[in-house]
Amino acid sequence: MSEHPEQGGHGHVVPVGVYIAVFLALMCLTALTTGVAYIDLGQWNTVAALTIAVAKMLLVVLFFMHVKYAHGLTKIVIIAGFFWLGIMITLSLSDELTRGWEINPAGWTGLIPFLHHLF
Amino acid sequence: MSDMAAHDAHAHPQGFAHQFEDAVQQKEAGTLGMWAFLVTEILFFGGMFTAYIVYRSLHLGGFIIGSHLLEVKFGATNTAVLICSSLTMALAIRSAQTGKSRGAIISWLILTMILGATFLVVKFTCEWYPDYLNHIVPGSYFGFEYRPEWGAHAPYVQMFMCFYFFMTGLHALHMVVGLGILTVLVIMTARNKFSSEYYTPLEISGLYWHFVDIVWIFLFPLLYLIGGRYPGS
Amino acid sequence: MSTATADIHHDPVESNVNYLNASYGIKSWLFTVDHKRIGLMYLAVITFMFTIGGVAATLMRLNLVEPQGALVEPETYNKLFSTHGIIMVFFFLVPSIPATLGNFLIPLMIGARDVAFPKLNLLSWYLFVTGCGFAIFAILSGGVDTGWTFYPPYSSLYSHTPVVIMALGIFIAGFSSILTGLNFVVTIHKMRAPGMTWFRLPLFIWALYATSLIFILGTPVIAITLFLLGLERIFHVGIFDPAIGGDPLLFQHLFWFYSHPAVYIMILPSMGVVSELITAFSRKKIFGYSFIAFSSLAIAVISFIVWGHHMFVTGQSVYAGLVFSVLSFIVAIPSAIKVFNWTATLYKGSISYQAPMLYALGFIGLFTIGGLTGLFLASLATDVHLNGTYFVVAHFHYIMVGGALMGYLGGIHFWWPKITGRMYPDMWARIAAAIVFIGFNLTFFPQFVVGYLGMPRRYAVYPAEFQVLNVMSSAGASVLAVGYAIPLVYLAWSMRYGPPAGRNPWGAKGLEWTTLSPPPTENFDVPPLVTEDAYNYAHAGATHV
Repeated sequence: MSEHPEQGGHGHVVPVGVYIAVFLALMCLTALTTGVAYIDLGQWNTVAALTIAVAKMLLVVLFFMHVKYAHGLTKIVIIAGFFWLGIMITLSLSDELTRGWEINPAGWTGLIPFLHHLF
Repeated sequence: MSDMAAHDAHAHPQGFAHQFEDAVQQKEAGTLGMWAFLVTEILFFGGMFTAYIVYRSLHLGGFIIGSHLLEVKFGATNTAVLICSSLTMALAIRSAQTGKSRGAIISWLILTMILGATFLVVKFTCEWYPDYLNHIVPGSYFGFEYRPEWGAHAPYVQMFMCFYFFMTGLHALHMVVGLGILTVLVIMTARNKFSSEYYTPLEISGLYWHFVDIVWIFLFPLLYLIGGRYPGS
Repeated sequence: MSTATADIHHDPVESNVNYLNASYGIKSWLFTVDHKRIGLMYLAVITFMFTIGGVAATLMRLNLVEPQGALVEPETYNKLFSTHGIIMVFFFLVPSIPATLGNFLIPLMIGARDVAFPKLNLLSWYLFVTGCGFAIFAILSGGVDTGWTFYPPYSSLYSHTPVVIMALGIFIAGFSSILTGLNFVVTIHKMRAPGMTWFRLPLFIWALYATSLIFILGTPVIAITLFLLGLERIFHVGIFDPAIGGDPLLFQHLFWFYSHPAVYIMILPSMGVVSELITAFSRKKIFGYSFIAFSSLAIAVISFIVWGHHMFVTGQSVYAGLVFSVLSFIVAIPSAIKVFNWTATLYKGSISYQAPMLYALGFIGLFTIGGLTGLFLASLATDVHLNGTYFVVAHFHYIMVGGALMGYLGGIHFWWPKITGRMYPDMWARIAAAIVFIGFNLTFFPQFVVGYLGMPRRYAVYPAEFQVLNVMSSAGASVLAVGYAIPLVYLAWSMRYGPPAGRNPWGAKGLEWTTLSPPPTENFDVPPLVTEDAYNYAHAGATHV
């Protein structure tokens, strides 16, 4: 049924060393994100925190959850889940953040002078 | 009918279910099924994350004040605790994969449970209960009158605390369910249900446990570290 | 599909051990893990829920005979339309084809012994029944009056009806559908018979696969939304509360993120049924197999990016409205592709008009009308006028009743002989189908007119000048009710007295028609091996194989 040797009844066995290394990396990243919060980076604090969180997630997903050694189908399923979450967030924000935008009073006729202004 | 007779004649692998053709198909199906379930969990928590992102964009001031009401040391400690529990869970599965004794698998599972329970104890005794005493639990006991310095941000501080309790509460609920699942796994291991040939329930429960860890990996910075913790933030 | 030595001409139904008589007693049903029995148990429960929803509709239409309301007070009317919507959407249409025909047929159509997770399948049924129990309890406690859409702040802060209980029922039923969708996706990926490649699958399977994707990706969001609404009602504080900066429109975003794809959950399986019926009753290969297969997937994907068209007039920003409007036009395209392909399949086919085909043909016409009227609503400017009127009500009933429900009935009739081993009387079935068609149009076409003229929906009273159209609609509803009642009678009759059907009474292609009727518990007496494409009928003009 399967040509993937690592998907046999045994599955791919990850060496203990890899698990320990991932664990240490996760602990370091936790310390890092906590530490960076005490440094003033302005709005980049949020970017740093989220980047570190995504890195930690990838370590857990790829190594602890064995996705690095898994079928392509598994990877598609995971990406689809996050992509759909992204749709929900993006389109909701497209409404919530644009409520205050002024509707151009000139309507479509204002488009020509606007383009003129651009070029 | 003839198929049935041939079916019964050869010894079935441990834990084999009849609707499948072979153990490989069964393992692949179980893993795919658990990943599909985790996708539903991404969308389930995702609804709250979406709402959080919307309100944080609109009312950042209130969210910063609210975030500073939380103690980073407890959040960070709990993050470390959960990362340890993910390691012990991965090692429990590895023990089964490599044919270690029941005792070895059970030890790692119980260690995972202890760490999970530690998380919940820290949450409840060091965070939620003191929050209740300090009147920052949303609802009729929410103490606006204690904190006039919040000014116009005050309603949004309560909104942040709603998110804090709802999101960590839902996460804690998933931890409790996880502890239940781990208990069942300990019992199943003790009854010799697993071997290096068949350990699928361990593997897919591990996926669930790691997922709950990942949710916390995001909750920690998003709830505890908003606006930074540097002087003047 | 060629199989080994299957003898299709004389299998006495009574003498074989099949899934119905393999074991007896209530416990053998309540603890079954056989997908076929579970499908039948779902059929019983959703038929019961349909009658509850139907009673609510009956009372509504009786009330609307008079402009001042003939039957109930406005407060009661609010509870009636809410109950009708909630029951019909969450407890009838969403599970209808997937849980009954899907459960029964998917393993048979792909050549498997059962679904991937049979015990999970049974759990799904119990969860569904529990959800129904909570919903019925909520109705008996007075019913909710928030509409099936539960918009806050009314539902969170002001309504004095059992919102939490009803929401809990929907939450649990939603969990049931998530598990069903998960089961189907894994089954279709992992348990196809040898030779059953993806592009040899019946289009019913493609349709249910696409539906299952929506179950998995969409349902959790309604779950968390109702959960948050429940928390707000219980704790009197929550994230939709304007007093703490909450935005009621955020609820609508989260609600419709599921509820729009949900309407595609309700129509996609029916489209899958229609693909099966059109090919079987024109004895012809489907025109454009891969177009229909990919259209099913496209509908599932695009359905997730159009939800804002429900919010054009509730306060959403104009710019978001523009985006959602364009996307809503695009989502119509794959559906239209399917209609063109079905029509092309009919061309030069050898068409016969048994009841399932009548339902399929009715589907194509009525779904097209429903779909086209959706474009009126997708367009921002016309939606301002039409939103909140009976035009919307007519639009979605053309799709849900003229489309989804007729596909469901067509499918029930088509696979009835496989499910029960007996044939129903086709003459009565054709009469009932005609009555349904006539009654349906008489009920809902006037609603397009009266909505366009401005009659609002969800109102117990209306201006006197709309009375004629309302009376027409109510009269049509009584005809429609007769049309639904007749199949209950002859289908029940046929279970005892109908003639034995044999393996393949319709001469149709598909693995399910190669096994016995009713099938044995493990589905196939001879393990299937697939060597040909789907719908491999002989060319038009040849007599049936």
